[in-house]
Parts: sequence; structure tokens; C-alpha cells
Amino acid sequence: MAAPFSWLRPEAHGLYIVPADAWIDPARPVDLALITHGHADHARGGHGRTVATAATLAIMALRYGTGEGAVPVDYGESIPLPGGVRATFVPAGHVLGSAQILLEHAGERVVVTGDYKRRPDPTCPPFEPVPCDVFVTEATFGLPVFRHPPIEQEITRLLAARDEHPGRCLLVGAYALGKAQRVIAELRRAGHGEPIYLHGAMERMCRLYQDWGIALGELRPVAGLPPAALAGQIVVCPPSALNDRWSRRLPDPLTAMASGWMRVRQRARQRQVELPLIISDHADWDELTGTITEVDPGETWITHGREDALLRWCELTQRKARALALVGYEDEDD
Amino acid sequence: MIAFAALVDALVYSRSRNGKLALIADYLRATPDPDRGWALAALTDGLDFPAVKASTVRNLLMDRVDPVLFQLSRDYVGDTAETASLLWPEPATIPGPPPTVGEAVAALSAMTRASVQQGLAALLDRLDANGRYALLKLATGAMRLGISARLAKVAFAQAFGVSVEDVEEYWHGQVPPYLPLFDWAANGAPPPSGEDLPLFRPFMLAHPLDPAAEPDLADYAAEWKWDGIRVQVSCNGVETRVYSRSGDDISATFPEIAAALTIPAVLDGELLVRGSYQGAAEGGAASFNALQQRLGRKSVSKAMLADYPAFVRLYDVLIAEGEDLRPLAWERRRMALEGLVPRLDPDRFDLSALIPARTFAELAEVRAAARDAAIEGVMLKRRDSPYGAGRRTGLWYKWKRDPLLADCVLMYAQRGSGKRSSFYSDFTFGCWTGDPDQGGELLPVGKAYFGFTDEELKWLDRHVRQHTVNRFGPVRETDRSLVLEVAFDSIHASKRHKSGLAMRFPRIHRIRSDKPAHEADRIETLRALIAD
Repeated sequence: MAAPFSWLRPEAHGLYIVPADAWIDPARPVDLALITHGHADHARGGHGRTVATAATLAIMALRYGTGEGAVPVDYGESIPLPGGVRATFVPAGHVLGSAQILLEHAGERVVVTGDYKRRPDPTCPPFEPVPCDVFVTEATFGLPVFRHPPIEQEITRLLAARDEHPGRCLLVGAYALGKAQRVIAELRRAGHGEPIYLHGAMERMCRLYQDWGIALGELRPVAGLPPAALAGQIVVCPPSALNDRWSRRLPDPLTAMASGWMRVRQRARQRQVELPLIISDHADWDELTGTITEVDPGETWITHGREDALLRWCELTQRKARALALVGYEDEDD
Repeated sequence: MIAFAALVDALVYSRSRNGKLALIADYLRATPDPDRGWALAALTDGLDFPAVKASTVRNLLMDRVDPVLFQLSRDYVGDTAETASLLWPEPATIPGPPPTVGEAVAALSAMTRASVQQGLAALLDRLDANGRYALLKLATGAMRLGISARLAKVAFAQAFGVSVEDVEEYWHGQVPPYLPLFDWAANGAPPPSGEDLPLFRPFMLAHPLDPAAEPDLADYAAEWKWDGIRVQVSCNGVETRVYSRSGDDISATFPEIAAALTIPAVLDGELLVRGSYQGAAEGGAASFNALQQRLGRKSVSKAMLADYPAFVRLYDVLIAEGEDLRPLAWERRRMALEGLVPRLDPDRFDLSALIPARTFAELAEVRAAARDAAIEGVMLKRRDSPYGAGRRTGLWYKWKRDPLLADCVLMYAQRGSGKRSSFYSDFTFGCWTGDPDQGGELLPVGKAYFGFTDEELKWLDRHVRQHTVNRFGPVRETDRSLVLEVAFDSIHASKRHKSGLAMRFPRIHRIRSDKPAHEADRIETLRALIAD
């Protein structure tokens, strides 16, 4: 019999499922790809066949055009892969369509989380812990300094800033897939009923979310509006547009950014953000360590992020763990 | 501490001076004594707690969290206080309400090296992450929020609707938490008296001259504007202090000046270093570059004192032997000053000579000829002007020398901050090492971020974006096709730059899109302008 888990091999550009000749979130085109979620660092175009949730496939189609070779799966649905491997997609709570992938082969169970969080999110079903032998986790915020506050608190700060500066436009930088829609949905939940204005790069993704039944309220494009019309309004744009030419048209914008990195003052200052909102779609330190404790796998593999600290924590709590040196997964804006 | 922590965070993220002023003013109005006074001192680096060392916070954390996790976190965050504020293990039950700033200051002051670990921990246990950050920053005395003493005073004045000049005058001699100062400004009590201290008196300042106005020299006296730093030397008969233009006490930086004035008087002059560069006829002074060796030091070595001896060239006298001369006409004060100078140590004080021009045209000639003397320009002072704080219309004028000019080639551009954060507005430019057709290269000679109009900035921003050849983080390298006419006050030899040159006050004077880059100036042309 082969060594335990030798059928799943971490390669530089993704996790390779040997008997199935399939890849999870590969960084280059392959014949058979399993995709955890639609963020560009995980979902790339050009694969022969792409297995993912229908929402993730819709997001990929929006970004890369054709939906050729798409194989949709439902949450909880188990599909057979070549070589005696079964794959089950389980909610990860990260963004619309995001999934953990449970792989079963030769009596061994491996869960690949992709990116995940444990906080409630009105735009996607919550993370479900799945018992397994190997838990392959992300560690984007894998440092004990990262403890995300409740999102309600951050949304309250955002609305308070808007009330305090009625003449300024509140410009919120948020990742175009997931973060933007979650912030909008949470604003609605907090009772903000006015139209929310969108940077052009946000419009199609928000429409996709709405088509998938996520209520975002009235959204309007910024393009073509006179600056005065935006005073006192909330505008959502990609982080890259916060301090670029595009934002010059806005009336005295107060720049906010929704990101887990905003926990660190210097990161917020580098971004020239006036109102840092600590809102993340990734698990913070307590969620990472809490999830590993809850799933209690035989082994923990850490894919990307601040793996050193999480590895150290596993060592301190006497858990078997290893860091996989995967490249290309890092989300500076999330 | 909650309100103070909120203020600190708001200041961290505030990008404009006006924004900072409003934040501090609001806090000062809304916060009771003595918290607001302690906070003001903390913001301007005025608090020192000897028991709290840089290592204290680190040791405190090492006892409570895994050292490896602490170190990894510290490396990522880049700031020990912030790391500690985020990593602090919160107690299951909070032992008490957050301390007030006054309470925290009292506790910190009372701590000894033996009690500091326990005492600091007890304070941290009562605060949230932002509160812990503010407390640790206050305790270690390193706020680094860019709040100068001047900004704090302007905010104080703004908070209570009093004049900045009054604040400056009464501030001196006051110690945190500045209760008499707040009592005066907020409650209308009589201003604090500082008669027993060598106080700072606000400087009188000058407006730039419009030469077209051609002031009549029967009404205005002319004198040189020396290229040093403006200082005030204040002696109450017991103690002498040297103040910079911003009102900072720089006596420790220039102890020889502080020691030299023993007559009770307040004098206004230019601090210079001995040399043979400017004003040789009246006892020479070195260039500003030489003076720079002495600036910003907290203590001065004997070698520094010997190599760069400082002296003050006197412009004015505000108070002499207990008599306040400020209400008197400039002419009267000048007579008093001329009478006083012979009684002063001639190594440390001399008199700034008047320019004996009778007409404005004659003065213009003298000014034009003064180029190689590297004087900053000339001053015109209304003969009947009293010495008033700040800039008063029609009384004093400065007429700076015409700047030096050079044609340079734009090499790099960087985005600005605040309102300019979307614009490439910091420009690095260079000159040729030799004939560009014979292999001459461009070397950077300076960096400027002002001098252009808003329209020109838009034009430059567009140029940078369209001519980018390389990107290094926030910096773009351009294709070196654009000539900028750069104005600067003087140029000095500098080991810090590859070109060996450092410009003083460089600014973009004109955009010379008409001029081909290879016709820009050579390094050697600039080197000939060095006047060290």
C-alpha cells in the first residue's frame, strides 16, 4: 500500500489529485480542475473541464467568458472522479458559491478548504465543519494579531462617518467579488435604504449576485452623475480605484476600505485610508485555531498566508502539521 | 482614555492639517481637565515616564504569549506597541472601568522599575485594543503622529477662540497638564504669568514684498536677511533660553549662545555659524549648510562647538532690563539695540547692519549685486513699526533674492499625499554628467513637489502616466524627455547624493516642453554655482 495521502500532492501551482489526474485551484490551465471559489487567484480560465458549484461557474463565466467544459455540482453532492476518488463540495462561507472540497480515496478523507470564514454572511451559506484525516487550511490571517471585530460594529462606524460628514462622499474600497456585496448586504441589514452607488467594475458582479437571489437593494452606477449628486452618498469601488484618477470626480471623498488588513494601522496608512473597516471574508486567528480544534484532523496542511505562526500554534498544541509551499494565492486587497 | 484613544486613531488616519486641527480642537473642548492637558503633552511628545523603557512592553508580552508568536507578529506589524495592544490576552472579567488619561499618567509616573510590569499590566487589563495602543504609545513617549508644538498651539487657539500669539506667549513656562492655560482660554481667567521664567515672545514676521509697490525708503529701513535660522534669546537675569521660530526651546543645541547672554533681555536675530561665506566684512558667517551640522542635536560635543561655533546676528530687541520695548517704534528699538550690543559678548553677538540705500532703485542694485554673498535677500521694516506678533500688513517686508535656475530633466515621479494622492506630484530631476551625445548620463540633482499651478500639475500627471518606462512601487520612472526649469535658493556640495549636489528649496519654475532633453544643464554647470 502506498504511503498515507501520497495520492494528494502539493505542487507549486496547486494541489494535484494523482489517481484522478485532477487539480484543485490550479494556477495554470489543466485538463480537469476542481475550483473552490471564484476569486481570481483560485479560479483561472482555460481548463478542459471545470468542476465547481453552479454559482462559482457563473462567476467564472462572467470573468473569463465561455462556460465550456463546466461541470456544476450542488453543495453536499458527491461526484466520482477517475481513479476511485470521490469529491464532495461543502459550503465554506467565504463568498457566493465558495466550497470546501472533501476528497475520499482508499479509505482516507481530506478536506481542502480553499478560503473560508466562520462569521455569518448574508451572501452565502455558512461553513460546515467536516470530519477528516487531513485538513488543508488557508492561513491568510494566520497571526494572533488578527482578530476581526463583529461586522455590525464596522458597519455602524461607516454609517456614523456618513452622518458626521454630510457634504462628503463615502468611498468604500472593497474587493469586487464577495466583499463588496457583503458590505452592501450588511448596510441594508443595518437599515441603510438609500441607493448605493457603484464603480463600473462592480456592476456586473453585483447584478450576478442579485440574479442569484441576494438582495442588495437599489444600486446605481456612478458614471455620468454630476459630483454634487454624490455628496452624502455611499460609493463602492475596487480598492485600486480609491486613490486613482477615477476618484477625483467625487466630491471630497472620505476614503474607507473594507479589509482584514485594516487591523494594522500602518497598512491602512499606506493605503491612505481615512476610515479603515476591519471586514474580512477570511477566518481570523481565533476562527483558524478554533476550526482546527473543532475539525480535529489527524494532520493539518497549511496552504497559503502566514503559515509560520499557525504552524507554531499546531506545534504548541501538539498537532501534526505541515506548510505547503503553494504560490500565487495571496489576496492583498481582502 | 477612550476619547483619547479615539483621537489618536483619528489622527493616525487623518491626512490634512485642517483635519488634524479640528480633531484636536474638538477633543480639547470636550474633555475635562486634567486629561486634555496630559493628552496635549502626550501628542507633542511632552511626557516622559522613566520606569517605562522600550524593552518594558516587549518583556511584558513575552511573559504572556508564546515568544515565537510574538516575534512573528511583531515582524509583521512593525510596531511593538501596536503588536502588544493586539496580542494582549484580555482577562475573563475586566477588573475595572477604563482609566482616565489623568489616572493613567498618575499611575505611570508612580511606577518604578520594580513595579512597572505589574502596574502597566493592570492598566492594560482595563482597556480594549485601541485603548491599549494609545496607552502604550503615551507610556513609551513615541506617538509619532506628526503633531508639532506649533500645530498643537494652533489647535488650542482654535478650540477656545483665542489668538495663537497669545497662546504662544502664555504657553511658555507652563507644564503639563497646563491647568492655568486652560483656565485662561476656556474659562476667561487671567492669563498665566511667567515672570520668573525666560519666556518666549512671539516673533514678528514679514510679508513678501511686491517690488512693483516700490516702498519709500524714507518710511522703511532696509537690512540684510541672513541665511541662518531666526532665533530669540531670552534672559530673565537668572536663566537664558534660545527659542526657534516655532517657539521650541533649542538652548541645549546651542549652549554657547544660552551661556553668553547674562543681561535680562529678549533679543531677536539670526543664528549663524562662524565662517567666511556670508557677510565677511562684518565678521563672517558660514553657509546654511554648515549651520545644518548643528541643528537638531539634543546635546553638542566639544568638537562640534569648536568646529562650528555659533553666534547670533541681532535684528531687534523686544525687552531690555525689564522694559518691554515692543510697543515702541522700530527706530527706537534699533537705537536701544545699538546701545546694547557693545555690552554683549562679541564672540556670540553682533549687529545686523542696515543697508545705506536712499532710494528703492539703489536698494534694488545693492540686492542684485549681493548674489555671491549668498544672503537670503533684504528686509524692509517700517521705521515706526511696533514689534507685533505674527505678520502685520504694511510693516515688515522680505524681499528674497531672485532664485537660481537650472534646466533639468524629469527622471522619476511619485504620488503625493492628501488631496494630491491621485496625482504624480513629487518630481525627481537630473542633469547631465557630460555631453549626452558622447555618453553623458543623467544623475538626479533634486526633488520638488511644488512651484506649479493646478493646471500644470494635471499636465505633469498626464505626462508621467504617458511616459512611464518603469515602476518601482509608488514611484514611476519616466522616459527622460521632459525638461523642467527648476528654481532654487542655493546649491551645496553633498555626499548624500550621487551627483554630489544638494539644492535648497527647489521648486518647479516652468515646464519647458519646448526644450529637447539633451539641451538641459550639465552637472558641472550646477557645481559652479556651489557657494560653500
